[in-house]
Formats: sequence, structure tokens, C-alpha cells
Amino acid sequence: MTHDAFQTIIGLEVHVQLQTQTKLFCRCSTAFGAPPNTQTCPVCIGMPGALPVMNGKAYQLALRTAVALHCEIPRFTKWDRKQYYYPDLPKGYQISQFDLPMSQNGHLAISDPSGVFEPKKVGIIRAHLEDDAGKSMHDEAASKADSRIDLNRTGTPLLEIVSEPDMRSAAEARAYLSELKLLLMYLDVSDCNMQEGSLRVDANINLHLETSHGKVATPIVEVKNMNSFRAVERALSYEAGRQFELWEERHIQLGGPGGHKTTRGWDDEVQVTRPQREKEESSDYRYFPDPDLVPVITETDHVEEVRRNLDELPAAIRKRLESKYKITSYDTDVIVNQGRDFVDFYVTVAESCGDGKRASNWLQQDVLRTLKEAELSIEEFPVSADSLGDLLNRVSAGDLDNSRAKDVFSRMFNEQESVEEAMSALGIVKVDTSALESLCRELVTANPKVVADVQEGKSQAIGALIGQARKQNSNANPAEVKRICLKIIASL
Amino acid sequence: MSLSRKEIEKVSHLARLQLSDPELDAMTAQLANVVEYMETLSGLNTDDVEPLAHASDISNVLADDILKPSLSREEALANAPKRDAECYRVPAVLGD
Ligand SMILES: [Zn+2]
Repeated sequence: MTHDAFQTIIGLEVHVQLQTQTKLFCRCSTAFGAPPNTQTCPVCIGMPGALPVMNGKAYQLALRTAVALHCEIPRFTKWDRKQYYYPDLPKGYQISQFDLPMSQNGHLAISDPSGVFEPKKVGIIRAHLEDDAGKSMHDEAASKADSRIDLNRTGTPLLEIVSEPDMRSAAEARAYLSELKLLLMYLDVSDCNMQEGSLRVDANINLHLETSHGKVATPIVEVKNMNSFRAVERALSYEAGRQFELWEERHIQLGGPGGHKTTRGWDDEVQVTRPQREKEESSDYRYFPDPDLVPVITETDHVEEVRRNLDELPAAIRKRLESKYKITSYDTDVIVNQGRDFVDFYVTVAESCGDGKRASNWLQQDVLRTLKEAELSIEEFPVSADSLGDLLNRVSAGDLDNSRAKDVFSRMFNEQESVEEAMSALGIVKVDTSALESLCRELVTANPKVVADVQEGKSQAIGALIGQARKQNSNANPAEVKRICLKIIASL
Repeated sequence: MSLSRKEIEKVSHLARLQLSDPELDAMTAQLANVVEYMETLSGLNTDDVEPLAHASDISNVLADDILKPSLSREEALANAPKRDAECYRVPAVLGD
């Protein structure tokens, strides 16, 4: 929601599950969907005397992500106990990071190809590594006042990525999340599956208003329970409007009486936020260093090595595609959003046909549509990038026109034929130039009305000749027919 | 620094300890003693001492990401005060 009377201030906290086989501090499986309470051990269910040991892979995935987010990586980092009681937290504390997180002060650049907002950098306050809690399910069927607890998820590695309150609209918040998710996918650190809880979003939002007494801010609200990016966008739009109405009505300011931070949950069915029960104040978490875990020291050399070994990331790929293949930022966005394999496919097609724009159009229309209809991923696509490039190359060379090429493409996909096989099956042969010229000459002679129209400047009249040419020879290339006919008419 | 009885009540609530009135009185006095004793540390000059986050100087103890067997469900639920065939059961969790 945009409104002249206020500015929306949004910061996001994203929890992302790192792709490891085993949990952060024990070697139980992190696989999703196992029968309840079959993936636990004394460490992750908090038995006395159990000793946690940090998962080296989880640390490396977290480090890779932090480096890609342009974070500073302090040499020394440690883990702390964050104490609170909740039934899904069997240890009675979460192992998190308090004052010395593993990374801080990064940023993520966001932009919108359709120009809804100006490109900007969203600051990353910190990204730190912590363990997840279990799952509680309310047992409604049994109509008992009980909750059921499944501790399979307990101890799964999470990277918490905390942004600065740098976003100014729900659209910017959504763009940040999309870009962050894309980055995490390209980094291969998480599957980012929101349905399975691999990516969770909490938002902090309030408003800045200009009043006759100067600038004021409304109390900060933390919004939870948003289960899709679309839900985030809607919840934040709703919440901004709600806070503005509340401000007009009651004039409660941040930090003033009644102006403390509150938590609200998004109700996706009714499309409203509702107050949630508050957990204990953050000062009551009584953080202290976990004596069971030793610190991790990361030398600059290692950070540099991680940086060097990062594969090319979305922002850089977009820049490369735009400048090298002369396609629009909208087009690059569509291609890059499909993932690294799709980008590689595009590059091969573009290189082999020598026409980035044509390759982009074909990938966005024919290839994406075919993939979607057949429910295939690009890795499973039976038409190789080289053979599609070969086909498009022939279109560029005028061997066949675009609509015939689509027929060929469809045979290449359905019958798994090569370009040659599909073309000969369809009876497509290039009409040689002299045959095409004599055909055009006949048509020009037979259609004096069209010739007269073209001579009067109605060049679209040529379409009638193209239609007749195609009737006589389905392999006649429309663009060629047009070019030759116009040349003949001009020379009359 | 001394501790007030109010602070002890708050801390015992955070730790989910149910203390009787006499226990609260005793704790207030005893914990105040402990805190006071620890305060003698602040008399030390620590200008040249590096901050310490861990008592040992070991670092980077990292395990390979390789699966090991978990407990069976029966073992995992063995100590639960209340359970069903699959899960721990607890008084209803409100909110989320
Ligand atoms: Zn475990």
C-alpha cells in the first residue's frame, strides 16, 4: 500500500533450513516427512549429559551464504543458549548466536524490471546459525485439550538472515524475498520449500508519519504465520493500512504509552492480521555462551577461498546475459528465475544460433510452455540446447520460417527427432532462390491490383502475394517472398 | 548489588520453579550472597585481559555430515509423562 500520509518501514527475518543430511549438533536425519519421533537422539531431545558437536557442512553452507550476501565474516564466532520454555523445545533453550554472530553487515540488491520501485540495496544486519525447534500439532480430532509433539525437526540447522528495516513497501519486501530465495537456490544451500518449512518469514513493520509536531513512528508489529510470498505481500499491505487507521484513531506512538512491540499472525483465509500471544521479552532469554560448544575461528584466507569458489550468482548472470545477448532486463529476469540449468540451456542456444533475442523468445514461449505442459524440468527436456540452436540457426538463415520451425520443434519434442529428421518428415526443404524468384515473378504478373497498391505505398498489400506463394509451395519462406516481391515491384 | 525478592520471583518463574514463600525468602538471601561474591571479580583490573568466550582454547570442533542411527520411537518416548502411539502429549499449546 502506498500512501502519501505515511511511509512504510519493513524489515524481514528469514529462517532458512540448510541442506544437510544430518542435524546441526547431532547426526540424526533432517529428512522431511518421516513418521513422528523417529529421527531423534539424546542430543536433540535434550537428555542430560548429551554432547552437541557442530555439523561442519552446516557451517560451510552458512558461510557460503553469508559471503554471497556480502557480509563481513568475523574471525571469531561462538554459540549461545537462548532460554525459554516451550513444549517443542526439549532442551529448554535454543542454541543460537547472540553477541558474536558468524556474519554481519551485508546487503542484497533488489530491483523490479517493471519499475514498480527503484533498484536498491537492502542491508543485512546479520546472518547466524542456530538450531530449529520441533513441531507441535493441536489434536482437534480427539477434542482433548492436548497438543502432540513431534521432535524430528528439533535440531535442524537454520540460518537466520536479518535485514535492516530498509524496505518501503510490500512489493519491495516481496522482491527481497524472491531475490533471496533465488540466491539461496543458486548457492545450493537450501531447497527453500515454504510448504515444508524450509523457508520461513517474519516481518517487522511500522509507519513513519509527518505530523504538525514533526516526524513520528507507529509501534512496531512483528507479523508471523505468512506461508507464501504472496501472503507476505498481502499481510504487509494490510498491516500498513491497519496501523494507519489505528494511528488516526488513537495516536499511539512507538515508545510512548501502549507503544511497545507486539506480535500479530496473518490469517490467510480472512486476509487480516490478528494479535498473538506474546513470548517472553528478549531481555528475559538470559543468553549465555554454550559451554558444550567450542568457538569457530574462520581465517580470512578461508573466507577468500569461499568467495573465489562461489559460482556465478543471479545478479551477475543477469548483467552478463543483458550485455552479451542484448536482451531486456525483463527477459533476463524470466530466464534467471528458472534456475542455473535453464540459464546454461539459454546460453548454449543463444551461442549456437547467434541470436540472443530469438533464443530468449523461443525459451520463454515454446520451451517454457512445453516444459510446463509436460511437467518436466529443463534437465529432463529431450530436445538438447544444441539441436534447438541448430533449428533457430536455420530460421535465422531463412531455411524455414518461424511457424514451420514450431512444427519442427514440436516433432523434435514429441518424436525425439533431430532437426533434419523432423524437417524431412514434414517435407520441409529449402526452396532454392531461383525457384522462389520465378514463383514471385509469376505472382507479381498475375496480381496487378496488388502491385498498384504497393506502388501507392500500401506495402501491407504484399501479404496477399505471400499467402498465394505459401499455397503453391508450403516451404516458401514468407520473409523471403516479401523481400523478392518488393524488389521485383520496385524494379517495374 | 543485592537482589530483590521481586527479581527472585521473576527468575524462578522464567525457570519454571514453583517456590513457596519461605523458599523465596531463602533464595533471595542465598542468591544475593552468590551475586555479591561474584562481584569481587569486578574489583580486578582486566585492562590487559582479552575477553573470553570459552574456558578452553580449543576451537573448530566440527563433525562430518554423515548419518548415524537415531533412537527408536519407543526409546525416544520412554520418559514422556504422557504420550500416544507416535507423539509426546502436552497441555494444549496456544497461539501458533
Ligand atoms: Zn539427534
